[in-house]
Amino acid sequence: MNRLSSFNVVSLTLGFVFLYVPMLILVIYSFNASKLVTVWAGFSTRWYGELLSNEAFLDAAWVTLRVAVISSTIATVLGTMAAYVLVRGGRFMGRTLFSGMIYAPLVMPEVITGLSLLLLFIGLGLDRGVLTIVLAHTTFSMCFVSVVVSSRLVSFDRSLEEAALDLGASPWDAFRLVTLPIIAPAVISGWLLAFTLSLDDLVIASFTSGPSATTLPMKIWSSVRLGVSPEINALSTILIGLVTIGVIAASLASKHAALRAKRDEQAAARAA
Amino acid sequence: MRRAILIAVPYAWLLALFLIPFAVVFKISLSDIALAIPPYTPTAKDGIWNMLSQLDFENFIFLTEDDLYWKAYLSSLQIALISMLLTLLVGYPMAYAMARAPEQWRPTLLMLVILPFWTSFLIRVYAWVGILSGEGFLNQFLLWIGIIDAPLTILNTNIAVYIGIVYTYLPFMILPIYSALDRLDGSLIEAAEDLGCSRIKAFWLVTIPLSRNGIIAGCFLVFIPALGEFVIPSLLGGSGTLMIGKVLFEEFFSNRDWPVASAVAVILLLILIIPIVLFQRNEQKQVEDGK
Repeated sequence: MNRLSSFNVVSLTLGFVFLYVPMLILVIYSFNASKLVTVWAGFSTRWYGELLSNEAFLDAAWVTLRVAVISSTIATVLGTMAAYVLVRGGRFMGRTLFSGMIYAPLVMPEVITGLSLLLLFIGLGLDRGVLTIVLAHTTFSMCFVSVVVSSRLVSFDRSLEEAALDLGASPWDAFRLVTLPIIAPAVISGWLLAFTLSLDDLVIASFTSGPSATTLPMKIWSSVRLGVSPEINALSTILIGLVTIGVIAASLASKHAALRAKRDEQAAARAA
Repeated sequence: MRRAILIAVPYAWLLALFLIPFAVVFKISLSDIALAIPPYTPTAKDGIWNMLSQLDFENFIFLTEDDLYWKAYLSSLQIALISMLLTLLVGYPMAYAMARAPEQWRPTLLMLVILPFWTSFLIRVYAWVGILSGEGFLNQFLLWIGIIDAPLTILNTNIAVYIGIVYTYLPFMILPIYSALDRLDGSLIEAAEDLGCSRIKAFWLVTIPLSRNGIIAGCFLVFIPALGEFVIPSLLGGSGTLMIGKVLFEEFFSNRDWPVASAVAVILLLILIIPIVLFQRNEQKQVEDGK
């Protein structure tokens, strides 16, 4: 089974070229001296300088970061609770509706979610701004968290938790001391996912924000509508760089954790 | 008691911020433009709730009278369906090759698929503007190798929209298919081959059916959001690209006709209910199979 045919190699190569070349071009051309984005005119970091002195972009970045941190944290708590309910909750009234409300936002077109939340906020008389964006982002990202966490909970050995309960732990202690450390990697990747989704969102933020809060994607959007701009290329490069570092660091950390777990297991086996 | 709280908190949150908003949209879609057009100040909650007496289907009738809307629905369905098939066509071979790759490569390959997914969606769509434009990189390249004599017009056509959707949604297709193929027991294929199946026949008769859940999940994950896509048709599509997400967005932000925008959303939601329910059941089944 583990032998790649030449067809496999070709489809992987072409696939990854397709996935990475567009981003690579953005990165390369962000260092272009020319304002014309498709003509190379020598290396320059000019656009980074202009970007970093652009107050509007920095303000938008700050709003985006605040929204992302707050919403992803709340979403992680709610999403983990929801995952627990879905996997362990057993039967309760309205379970189908509950699971529907968890899965539907994953695929719901953003224009619908955005429009419906905006009309709700207006109906309630809430001022649109950071708070409303946070509420909106929390709502859809908690569903992603819940899917990530529940996939870990499903494969989780329940007898560990039962052992803790038998030994006199309260349900909350059993969760805190046994379950949570084991599902922690899933909870952390759920948080990261919620964080990126929030950083990334344009449509829902456009609907739910007011004049007082402009997020970075909204700012990017208003400038890319006018065509390709070297400043946006520079900003894209920074974002791509941060994500790359983050993803590589996370995968190294999880590899390290896996190795350690394996060592511990072997040590335990030797001891026994 | 504790269990009740555990269930109630996320439940109440989703009811309040996911389900009830749909009711509001439904309500507004049945109201008059004069009442709902901004700047309408909803004095207390009466603005929305006490209009029950004035329900009418005017906005929905308006949608059937104007060609634009049903054409936009049809063309969105067509674009979403074609893009979904194209994504499957690109994604399946990649997922298949990843599942067959040596064990020690797989985490890296998986990371390479996930990495673009973590990168800003908007930026990934934007990257194609510079590639597909008249003097863009693709045309420069094709002219340079001499396949074409004059630049092709790709940006601002439906082809650019297909490329954009396939590009941005590809990880959503690859990941569920990969996870289905990864669980697949290789000895089944060997057994089929031992029993006289050709490799291609074994692929169609064993591999494809056993990765069915992954294919279904991937297709829904691409089709449903693509149907309401706004960013891709606005940035890569042209004036001829009609997609309902774009129509809704413009109806709302440019024409400021909230009731019509709501009616557009209600119909889109009705179209999506069946795929969403099927998607949810497929996911639920996989969660339960995993137990």
